[in-house]
Amino acid sequence: MNMDEISQLRLRKAIQNGLPLTEQPYLTLAEELGLTEDQVMQTINDWQEDGLIKRFGLVVKHHSLGYKANAMVVWDIPDNKVDEVGELLSLCDAVTLCYQRPRQLPHWNYNLFSMIHGQDRETVLQQLADIVEQNGLSGFGRDVLFSYKLFKQCGGQYVQPTSTVGGVAL
Amino acid sequence: MNLLQQQLIDEYQKGLPVTSRPYFDMAQRLGCLEQDVIAELKDLKASGALSRVGPVFNHKKAGASTLAAMAVPENELAAVAERVNAFEGVNHNYAREHEYNLWFVVTAPDQDQLQNSLKAIELSGGYKVMSLPMVKSYFIDLGFKVKWLQSEVAINKKWQ
Repeated sequence: MNMDEISQLRLRKAIQNGLPLTEQPYLTLAEELGLTEDQVMQTINDWQEDGLIKRFGLVVKHHSLGYKANAMVVWDIPDNKVDEVGELLSLCDAVTLCYQRPRQLPHWNYNLFSMIHGQDRETVLQQLADIVEQNGLSGFGRDVLFSYKLFKQCGGQYVQPTSTVGGVAL
Repeated sequence: MNLLQQQLIDEYQKGLPVTSRPYFDMAQRLGCLEQDVIAELKDLKASGALSRVGPVFNHKKAGASTLAAMAVPENELAAVAERVNAFEGVNHNYAREHEYNLWFVVTAPDQDQLQNSLKAIELSGGYKVMSLPMVKSYFIDLGFKVKWLQSEVAINKKWQ
């Protein structure tokens, strides 16, 4: 039942850009990869259970759904408070991502990153103002980086088209 | 955007069935035909509203990744973005309003290959890359709750 490493990587590569839209997508994948449908389904279930896959379903593009404004809001939070603020932010409805990242002094002094998607710029700024007020965050440095052009958007290519394992192409 | 498309987005950003006929099982729950689910998913993809039906991998477990930024003169931005996009590990790339105006995510099978990619991107892009790898995620990704516009809801009532 256990699949070898190469089969696992091949399956990851096959699904990272999406399942086939056929009646039996797992069977379609299995046939392409020389596996059984059960092996494909079992492996995907295992990956969900152990957290390699954190979400399995439709992945939407916010912009095409009318969410034209996309703001990366970055915060400068003292190290001993960053977890507390990160957890507060992640509970806000408007926030769609919330990560701690390292500072890169002297160029970059922000250590907490959150994303807000909204229908327009004014909405996003209002949502941010509400978040700051409701969570008492006005004393911390922050900046708002609206996007103004999308150059590329796709799933993470962890297994790459040119990846090999022990000299074997995937 | 029709009602079935909205329902698919509302209900299935997570928990896609892992069964022999997942689109059939979704159709059963939504009260439509398997072929309708497949057709609407294809249509959502063609219209650009849907990136894919499938997994969102955990960055930390799936391999190595980082958020990278460059400060690029505005008149060179499109050309630099194109050179950055040519790298297969680059998956999101946005212009943003800041001195650091080009922001992209880079993924690779492991840390060594990620560092090599960043060096190659820096060389090809022509500007220094600032790398900001994730230290910790505070957010549990359950999908994105879309607030459908009233106008669209109205159209759907008519469509039904």
